[in-house]
Formats: sequence, C-alpha cells, structure tokens
Amino acid sequence: MKIRLDTVVKTFDTFRAVHGVSLEIESGELVALLGPSGSGKTTILRMVAGLEFPDGGAIYFGDENATDIEVRHRGVGFVFQHYALFPHMTVGENIAFGMKVSKTKRSATEISGRVTHLLRLVQLEGLQDRFPAQISGGQRQRVALARALAVDPKVLLLDEPFGALDANVRRDLRRWLRKIHDELGITTLFVTHDQAEALDLADRVVILDKGKIVQSGTPEEVCRAPASAFVMNFLGDANRLKVTVSDEKAQIQGVVFDADGIADGPAELFFRPVDVTWREDGHGIQATIARVIDRPDSRRVLALTVDGQSIEFDAAPEFPFRAETRGFVDIRRPRVYPA
Amino acid sequence: MARRILPGLPLTLGITLVYVAVIVVLPLGALIFKAASLGPEDYWRIVSSERAVASYRITILCALAATFFNLVFGLALAWIIVRYRFPGRRFVDALVDLPFALPTAVAGIALTTLFASNGWFGAPLAAIGIKVAYTPLGIIIAMAFTSLPFIVRTVQPVLEELDPALEEAGQTLDASDLEVFLRVILPQLAPSLLAGLSLSFARSLGEFGAIIFIAGNQPFETEITALLAFIRLEEYDYPASAAIASVMLLAAFTMLAVTNLLQARALRYTVKG
Repeated sequence: MKIRLDTVVKTFDTFRAVHGVSLEIESGELVALLGPSGSGKTTILRMVAGLEFPDGGAIYFGDENATDIEVRHRGVGFVFQHYALFPHMTVGENIAFGMKVSKTKRSATEISGRVTHLLRLVQLEGLQDRFPAQISGGQRQRVALARALAVDPKVLLLDEPFGALDANVRRDLRRWLRKIHDELGITTLFVTHDQAEALDLADRVVILDKGKIVQSGTPEEVCRAPASAFVMNFLGDANRLKVTVSDEKAQIQGVVFDADGIADGPAELFFRPVDVTWREDGHGIQATIARVIDRPDSRRVLALTVDGQSIEFDAAPEFPFRAETRGFVDIRRPRVYPA
Repeated sequence: MARRILPGLPLTLGITLVYVAVIVVLPLGALIFKAASLGPEDYWRIVSSERAVASYRITILCALAATFFNLVFGLALAWIIVRYRFPGRRFVDALVDLPFALPTAVAGIALTTLFASNGWFGAPLAAIGIKVAYTPLGIIIAMAFTSLPFIVRTVQPVLEELDPALEEAGQTLDASDLEVFLRVILPQLAPSLLAGLSLSFARSLGEFGAIIFIAGNQPFETEITALLAFIRLEEYDYPASAAIASVMLLAAFTMLAVTNLLQARALRYTVKG
C-alpha cells in the first residue's frame, strides 16, 4: 500500500508540531522518520495511523483519501513505544485480540493456529501463556509486533520501536525486523531519534527538524551528501569551524576549501572526526593537542586551533603524540554550510 | 534473620498492635462477648425473629441497590474527573468528598427535606407517582449519598495511571469503543472497582444517621438492622442488641473476605514468575 502525505499541518494548542509535510512512501518500502524530540516525527506517524487528525493537508492510502478515516478502519498495524500490551491478557490472548474483535469472524481453531504461526514468526514459541509482566522488554516488543501483524495490516507503523531496550537487544531486533519486513513485504514506517537505527534498518531515511522535512533519501544519499549543517550534525559526530567565504572559497588560517554556491561572508566548515590526519609539519590548520582519550579501537584526540576552536578526531591506536604537541590538522571531505 | 534496613520496627510494630487491639479488636470483642451471654436458643430466637430478618432483607437489598448505583455513577464521575478538562473540574473533584465530611444526620435531614412529598425533588417525583421519603427508595438514596466517595476515590488513581496507549492499541486492532471499554479498560479497573464496591457496600450496611431521617422506620417496611439494634439498646436489652449487631459484623466480615479473594484473582496477571 502506497502512502502519500500532501502538505500536512498539525498544531497542538499554540504549538505547531508539523509544518506542511509532503512525503511519499512506496508500497513495500521501509522508511524511517528520523529527528530529535519535538521534530514532529511521532505526530506524523500518529496522523498516518489515524490516532491524530491533521489540521490541514491530506493523507492518501493508495488512491483513497484517508485523511478523515478513523483509526480502526485504516487497516494499519501500530507498535507503540512502550508496547501497550494488555497487562491482564496472556501473550497468546494479546496476539489473538485483534482477530477476536474483528468484524471478519474467525473460528477458534483458526485464531489459535494463527497465534501459533505468529509466535513462531517472532520466535516466541512456548511463551503464549505468560503475562506481559513475566517476559523481557525485547520479548514484549516482539509480542507487540505479532499483535499488530495479526490483523493483516496494509501498513505497519512503529513508534520508537527499540527505544526502551538495551544496546545489544536493539541491534539484534533491528536485524530481525528487517528480515521480517523482507519476508512479508509490508509497507513500513517507523520513527526513531537514533540515526544508527535509521541507517541500519531503512530503505529510505526522512530527516525532520522543527516539523519540517530537511532531507529525504537512501542512507547512502543522506550520509554522503547531508543537505544542511543540521543533517550533518544530526547524523553523527561532526567538527564545526568558523570560516570566511569569498568567491566560493572558504578560508581558515590561510587554508582554502571549496564552497560552491555559498554566499560571501561567514560560514561553517564541517568534517567528521575520522576525516582528519595529524601532521607534524606541512599544510593544514595549525593546532595543539589538548587531550587524548583511549578507546578499544582507536584514540580520540581533542585539539585546539590557534584561534581557540576545538577539533576532535580519531587516530590509530598507535598515535604517539601527547597533550601540548603542536602540529597541523589535514582535513578530508570537508563540507561548507552557510552560518 | 536478615538485618533490617529501616529503623524503628519494634517500636512502631508495638504501637500499631496496641492501637489495633484497643481501638478495633476490643470493642468488637466486647460485642461478641455480650452476644455470647445469651444462650444459643435465645440468640437464635432474637437473630431469626421476623422483624430482624425483615430488617436484614431491607438493609442488604437497599445496600446492594445503592452500591450498584454508585458503581455506575461513581465510575462515570471518576472518568470525567480524570479524562476531561472542563471549568469547575477541581470543584467537582473536591465535592466528591463532601459526603465524608458532612455529619450523616445533616445529610439525612437535607435529603429528607429535598425528597419529602413537598420538597424540591419530592414534589415533582410525587406528581409522577414516585414516593421517595419514608420508602426503601429513600434508604437507597441515603446509602448511595454517604458511600459515593469510596468508588470514586478507589477508581480515580487507577484510571489516572491507565496508559492511553492501551485504548489506542485496542482501536488500531479494530475494536469498537464498547469492546475497548469492556475488554481493555474494565478488566484493569476491576480490582479497584471491587475494592470500592466492598467499601461502599460495607458502609451502606452500617449507615445509620442519614437513613433514619428519610426512612420512616416502619418495622417490616423501612426499618434497617442498625436501627433495630439501636432500638433494643434503648430498651436496655443489651444482649439482644449485641446479637443483632453480631449478625451485621459477620455479614460485613464475610463480604470483605470474599472481595479480597476476588481481588486477588483479578490481580493474578501482575504476579511475576
């Protein structure tokens, strides 16, 4: 099922949560809505579900205008951030709930067969008589997914699906969710504030800031060509140096970088900590090492430029220099954005 | 024995036990002792007399009706206080406790004035043939008034803690509003509703001050058990009074035990294992 949002607007009291968002999600696509808290991503997801209604714009499911259709008639499966499992029902009863209340009547054997099938799909065979309080967070997450899938939704929506889990469980569940998506081919939209999660899982990442889409593209596109300083910063660690642009060239301490299409005047130079080579002499931005932090796979070096701007970069574990050492920072893959 | 972290257990335990013994157990013990001074035959004759049995029937039926009324109305009241924001909400919230604060005799007199056949409510009701004052209906109203806060105040905190996402989850799974209420919300309110119901019912069984003004107190018609015990007391027939009271005590105790069991069953899903 293809989903299309057309300049959707949503305001809560006086706070405008979503400012005219337009977005297309192709049938069978797995799309991440990525943004910091307050960026409107959850509101967008809830409007797609029919749990909130937009103040302006329209939402289409296929060719049908679904803007005013109630949540229970939209045919979406929704996985809530804190799972929202019914605490007084067993795992099996939770999964069966949608089938029991459905207008499509199913026999008891059909329902129990489907519950068994879904439990196998989410790898929770044998847990169907437990109550939600008796299973782990990762297991609850999978029960919530099985419950959402039980009603054969046309669209699967997940709100911060792995937010409440610890790091190892998150990684396993991500891979597993991707596998399930590939098996079922269901159009899936999920919300996250974790860039690693979005990049790991999604076919396409939609990055939001203050209720607007700031960039949308494949993980490769957004990583290789961040559209703005915000995206550059949000996707990962980034260094930021103040530079001056004239004639589409950015300059700092006599070192010159390309700044195509940037207006003259002050601007900002961004680069990733891995894109730095430390040189004892030669060209680059002059700096002094302030501190070296050791990590299992590298050393993180904190340095200060001559004019007091800080730079962080990653060096090999064999990096020999200590604090107070002077040298030059040589930058690869620099990006200049208007200040 | 494991070392205790919090200090003061022996002292507080001692004070608590003494307090419970003096304030709760001693009077009840005296009651049973007094009732026991009757021989088994006299005891049985008094507690099974026609007038006494009629008073049990009236008290229990009226208490059931009042509790059922409070179940519906109290739940609705708790619901609107928790779920909606409207002008005067805090005032309504404060008003709920009024029946606790008001002397029950005052409540009784006020209700009688309102529901008497020439009162504000009584006159229009009498015009359509419904008589409230001096009938069991009056008893029910007095009981419902004095025990309303129990249901509201036990359900309210649970309702406040109820995750709205549970209802939304029900909706996304294609459940109707009624199904969401019956299958998702109500089962989670059940333990607190049971607690509120048992308190409300127990209070209704024991209510005295509010009822005697509005009930008319006709033996076999509108005479409650508490009043019968009081009448025997005024006749200086202390053992008979204690015997009747002991029946009420037994009824209240049995009812509380049963609701505790039901509550434990309703809460079985919270047990970790």
